[in-house]
Amino acid sequence: MLRSGNTIRRATKARSIAALVVLAALIVIVPGAHAGSRTEICAPGVLPQSGAGVTGIFGADSPPSESIRTLAWLVLGICAAIFVVVEGLLLVAVVRFRRSSRETRGGRSSAGGESAASNGGETEPAQLYGSNPIELAWTVVPLIIVFVLGLVTIRTIREVQLTEPPEGALRVVVIGHQWWWEYRYPDELGPGREVVTANELVVPTGRPVWLELESADVVHSWWVPRLAGKTDLVPARTNLLWFKAQRPGVFLGQCAEYCGTQHANMLLRVSAVDPELFAAWLEHQATPAVADSSVDAGRNLFLALACMNCHDVDGASVGMFGPNLTHLASRETIGAGVRPLTRDNLRAWIDDPQTIKPGCNMPSLKLDSTQLDLITDYLMTLR
Amino acid sequence: MATLERTIPVPRAGYSGILEWIATIDHKKIGILYLYTTFSFFLTGGLLALGIRTQLMSPDQQLLTAAQYNAAFTMHGTTMIFLAVVPLFTGFANYFIPLQLGARDMAFPRLNALSYWLLLGGGIILYASFLPFAGFPANAGWTNYVPLSAKQFSPQLGEDLWLIGLTVLGFSSIFGALNLIVTIFALRAPGQTFHRLTLFAWSVLVTSFLLVLAMPFLTVAGIILLFDRIAGTAFFAVEQGADPLLWQFLFWFFGHPEVYIMILPGFGIISEILPVFSRKPIFGYKMIAYSSVAIGFLSFSVFVHHMFVAGIDTPLQTFFMASTMLIAVPTGVKVFSWLGTLWGGSLRFRTPMLFALGFLATFTIGGISGVFLGSVPVDFQLSDTYFVVAHIHYVLMGGAMFTVFAGLYYWMPKMSGRMLSERLGQIHFFLLFVGFNLTFFVQHQLGIEGMPRRTYHYPQSPEWATLNLVSTIGSYIIALAVMVFLWNFLYSIVLKQGRIAGDDPWKGDTLEWATASPPPAYNFARIPAVHSARPLKEDVAAH
Repeated sequence: MLRSGNTIRRATKARSIAALVVLAALIVIVPGAHAGSRTEICAPGVLPQSGAGVTGIFGADSPPSESIRTLAWLVLGICAAIFVVVEGLLLVAVVRFRRSSRETRGGRSSAGGESAASNGGETEPAQLYGSNPIELAWTVVPLIIVFVLGLVTIRTIREVQLTEPPEGALRVVVIGHQWWWEYRYPDELGPGREVVTANELVVPTGRPVWLELESADVVHSWWVPRLAGKTDLVPARTNLLWFKAQRPGVFLGQCAEYCGTQHANMLLRVSAVDPELFAAWLEHQATPAVADSSVDAGRNLFLALACMNCHDVDGASVGMFGPNLTHLASRETIGAGVRPLTRDNLRAWIDDPQTIKPGCNMPSLKLDSTQLDLITDYLMTLR
Repeated sequence: MATLERTIPVPRAGYSGILEWIATIDHKKIGILYLYTTFSFFLTGGLLALGIRTQLMSPDQQLLTAAQYNAAFTMHGTTMIFLAVVPLFTGFANYFIPLQLGARDMAFPRLNALSYWLLLGGGIILYASFLPFAGFPANAGWTNYVPLSAKQFSPQLGEDLWLIGLTVLGFSSIFGALNLIVTIFALRAPGQTFHRLTLFAWSVLVTSFLLVLAMPFLTVAGIILLFDRIAGTAFFAVEQGADPLLWQFLFWFFGHPEVYIMILPGFGIISEILPVFSRKPIFGYKMIAYSSVAIGFLSFSVFVHHMFVAGIDTPLQTFFMASTMLIAVPTGVKVFSWLGTLWGGSLRFRTPMLFALGFLATFTIGGISGVFLGSVPVDFQLSDTYFVVAHIHYVLMGGAMFTVFAGLYYWMPKMSGRMLSERLGQIHFFLLFVGFNLTFFVQHQLGIEGMPRRTYHYPQSPEWATLNLVSTIGSYIIALAVMVFLWNFLYSIVLKQGRIAGDDPWKGDTLEWATASPPPAYNFARIPAVHSARPLKEDVAAH
């Protein structure tokens, strides 16, 4: 039967429309990622703005992320070209080679229940079994594309992933715990003056930072998209990661390898500050907080209760299991980023961490209201 | 068509009613048991998915607790992979491989029954972890990484049940795969050489080899982890010197071939459907068959790409990146061959064809995003994010599940003797296609914006809320689509309102269409002799 040209070019059926929607979505959404990367982040000391791009992979402020961004755009471009070619061919085939409606009507009456051993009088299209040159072409062309893609990528791997620390790098040991981060600066202030802090990494701008990633329990993954790609923290291993913050700011991220109940609340926060500010911060962190006699009662309570079994406060207790609290009040958040640090939030946290972070390893000590105030006031002096 | 006078006696069924189904060793009945069971598990896994999506509808939904959410995504992944997609294809293979080969049954009918009952048993063991005695279901993710799945961090009995259930399912798969391999080698009709095998049989053959070679790694890893948990051995005890990445290597050595185990049979179904509804032979038969074999071999050499961020040396990363990108080539060959099949054809948009075309459109996206992720530095950023979630769902749902529905619409007339409603089929397809893309396309963007997978809420990043809401709405549309399918099945097949199909309603040209619908217990009165890959078309023309 003859194919009627007008019917073919008319409405292209739901399927092809839907495919167009997908194509349109690709065009709309991907540039959105780029737009997001322009969102500015506030200066240190202020809570960073939320908004698209804060943790986006196309917003880069550090060499590894920049290299990855460049490569990602290139690979995305190639992928988009393949997408357009394949989906385009599919659309053309579906529109151009659909049987005309007149034939469809004829086909319906003959399809119902009859045995199909015969052709039912319909014209069959040319019975083409294949074509060696065409098949060779669509094997070889993808091979070439893949080869080029591979070569380009290998160069980027070497830029992003170093085996030796870069010249003059700041060395920080990161230890993942269920569900918080421990940071140690082992040699910045010389032997015997290791700085230990938790959940908020502070680094100088313009200087490479060399992270040695370890885990105290299960596998975690350290990922601050604007600074570097992620790397897992695996028990009994030391993995390596580097970045260099190129401007001051607060960079956010979170644990990226599923690590149990509170995986969702193992947030990452990196403050990049000017080198002089960083040096001052580090010096401050290396000395115990100034004792304030007005909170002695709270301090004594802290030492009398189970708190000291888990938490280290330099000059007071030496707990190992929980975050070091020596300078707790100098931080911006509590509970690995679940709440901003305010007196009320801290008090609520001490009262019952399980309502804020259900399943976390800190129990509620069932303190009465007076005890809560005493402990909170004491901790708030640990600047 | 020529036939051979070679009939064998077929044993009469000794039972009736439900006992007949329990005692059956007929590959068609076992195939149907497989399909009912696995589709039920697909619905269960879907309910878990709706729970997950509802929880993520807004940044701090309280539908599920953290631990419940973690159990939900663990059981969703486990169910969909081990109890739905893989055994759904085994169900199709059980029913249609002997028919397409011109055989009377599988090579080992009793082993076949054992495979099915092990599947059901494994599924029941897995789901028993929801009962109170198990404490809590497994919630270490479907990848079950050590040490998170060790006794210390997952003390509940549910985790042991998960391991036992997977071991049982592993044996089910291995037995089923061995049976299919022997069947395809030994029971082909006279004249059916390997170059006259259906492409579905080719893909099932490769899949079965992958299962036999890969599945034991998971089974062994599961058993020794079980020993660690209940007998105090130390295969995975990091603090006693075990390699912390041992589980990951064993798991992914199984886990990546598993991806192809889940998609190759679907490739086979598409290679059956596209020619029939284009009224043309498949374009490049041999390239499609051989590319399956190439994918089979390569699938064992790409597995470390799941571990690019685990601290793997650069040379190892480079090798596995190269093989990952290389495996896109045979997959691309298939896609182009399918397009070549459509080209110049006379396309009929019956429901199986709609799903086959939908598969082509969505799977292409899944394949391309796989190449994107395969680039190691890009993976440093996107690994373990919603981009990966989008990718696997484009491969496994837009890919595998679309082919399952294509196969159900294509073969339901053969299995039941009745046609499913075209009208409802079109509605089902349209809803599923829209719902699927709505749910998962936006997840690419969520990954790019830094949203990690497996997080039960995201109050710190309210900017992810809009796309998550879109995704959740999409998932409800998917649920609606599946309900339309269930209604179609109930109306057309169970209530017998569908048209009588006849032997060959689609004018298919492979052997399953040469017998009655549904086929008699003995399949073919006489074993047919075969002279081409399209016996119902070309053998007729030749004789």
